[in-house]
This record gives sequence, C-alpha cells and structure tokens, in this order.
Amino acid sequence: MTKPDFVYVTFIATTPEKVWRALVDTDVMRQYWMGPSGPARVNVSDWKPGSRWEHQRADEPHVVDIAGTVIESTPPRRLVYTWARPTEVDDESKHSRVTFEIEPQAEKLVRLTVSHEDLAKDPKMLEGVSGGWPAVLSNLKTLLETGHALPRRASTG
Amino acid sequence: MFKALADPGRRRLLDQLHQESGQTLTALCEHMDMSRQAVTQHLQLLEDANLVAVVWQGREKLHYLNPVPLYEIYERWIRKFERSRLATLRELKNRLEGDDDDKT
Repeated sequence: MTKPDFVYVTFIATTPEKVWRALVDTDVMRQYWMGPSGPARVNVSDWKPGSRWEHQRADEPHVVDIAGTVIESTPPRRLVYTWARPTEVDDESKHSRVTFEIEPQAEKLVRLTVSHEDLAKDPKMLEGVSGGWPAVLSNLKTLLETGHALPRRASTG
Repeated sequence: MFKALADPGRRRLLDQLHQESGQTLTALCEHMDMSRQAVTQHLQLLEDANLVAVVWQGREKLHYLNPVPLYEIYERWIRKFERSRLATLRELKNRLEGDDDDKT
C-alpha cells in the first residue's frame, strides 16, 4: 500500500448497509453526488472485482468524466476502485486508487473513510479531486441523516 | 470542533498538515517549537474533533488534515448566506486599496 495523498473521514448517524447502498446504487447517488457546477453524477458498475465502473452525468449518461476498475467489493465494509480519465483507462500507470472503508462505531453510527492514493503524479487531477470529496461526503451525510440532500446550488457557470 | 481550532498551536499543526499531508509525529515535531508530548496531546484533540484523520502504515502513524467537518460549517454558515456579500466586500477592498498593477 502506498501512502494515501488524501484521507477524508465523516461520521454518519446511519447503518453500514445504507452507506454501502449510497456508494453503489445510482438512485441514491444522484441525490447527493453533485458535480462542481451542478449536474448530479452517478457511478455505474455491477461492482464485481475486475468490472469496469464509470462516473457519468446522471442526466447525460454518455458523458463519462472518470472511469476505472473495481478492485475489491466487500459489502457493507470495503470498496476499492481505480480512478482514471476515460482516455487513460487502459493505461494502468495513469490510474489512482480510491478506498472506501465503512466501520460501525456504535449503534446507528458509522465512520466512513475515503482515501485516495497515487494522485500526486497528476497534479491537475489531485487539485480537482481534493476539492470534490469533502463536498460529496458532506452531502452524503446530510442525505442519510435527514432524508434529503442540501438544495441544489445554483449553477454560477 | 471550535475548541479544537481555538488554540494557535493546533491551528499551526493543521497548517503543517495542509502543506504536507500524511506526516508522522516525528516530522510534525520538527516544525513545532513545543515538546513531543504537547504535540501528541494536540493531535489527539484534533483527532477527537475529526479534524485530523490517522492512517497506520506498518508501525508508522500518518496524520492527515480532514477538511470534511470544516466543509460542513462552510455549507451551513458561509455559502448559504454570505458568499456573494463577502465577494463584494473583497472586491471593494481590492478596489479601494488598489493594486499596483492597476495603477496606470
């Protein structure tokens, strides 16, 4: 394991199963996974190790911003996938890697850790990703704890 | 969380982690003019407030700045109400104070 470039942690008052579902089910994802300028994104895959996954715009599925391969999928505890530009998905040397760890802390309290490794070789991606995860995790927490995500921000272009 | 941020030493620790993420206690101590024990205590408090996330790599404990709780505060108290006004104020300040490049 290489040293992660980023580690993000959020505590959510919910169950590991609901967090897992939020990570793999596009119906839940489209409610909290917003792109930087508005449109919701969904991650589409059958989530089996070795399968491809794609980060698509929810309203325009043909627009794929990120893609990669599922490395590990252990519901409801651990999901690992590689992360690449669609044009670089066949070149593993360009991939970074995302790990989600879901740990129960107490009854109805879950610690979700997202770590991202091997990003430093791609400063542009690193910059975009480091701003994106806190927003995604913060929205996810709000959705699971209140039943609805924050109002969609007005797109400022 | 605000208690964790209230101490200048702890804010410096967060700045250190912002500059370089994934540092060990030893690396952090090099930049801090306080005892190793004091740094350890500050880090524990920051970890309890979820402002620092810890990853074990073998026998090394690596510390990361975790911005998620700060982002939640930003969403709740800054973005919703104030951002456009803050931007206007900043622009006004820039204009009044002038910028050397703008003086012709």
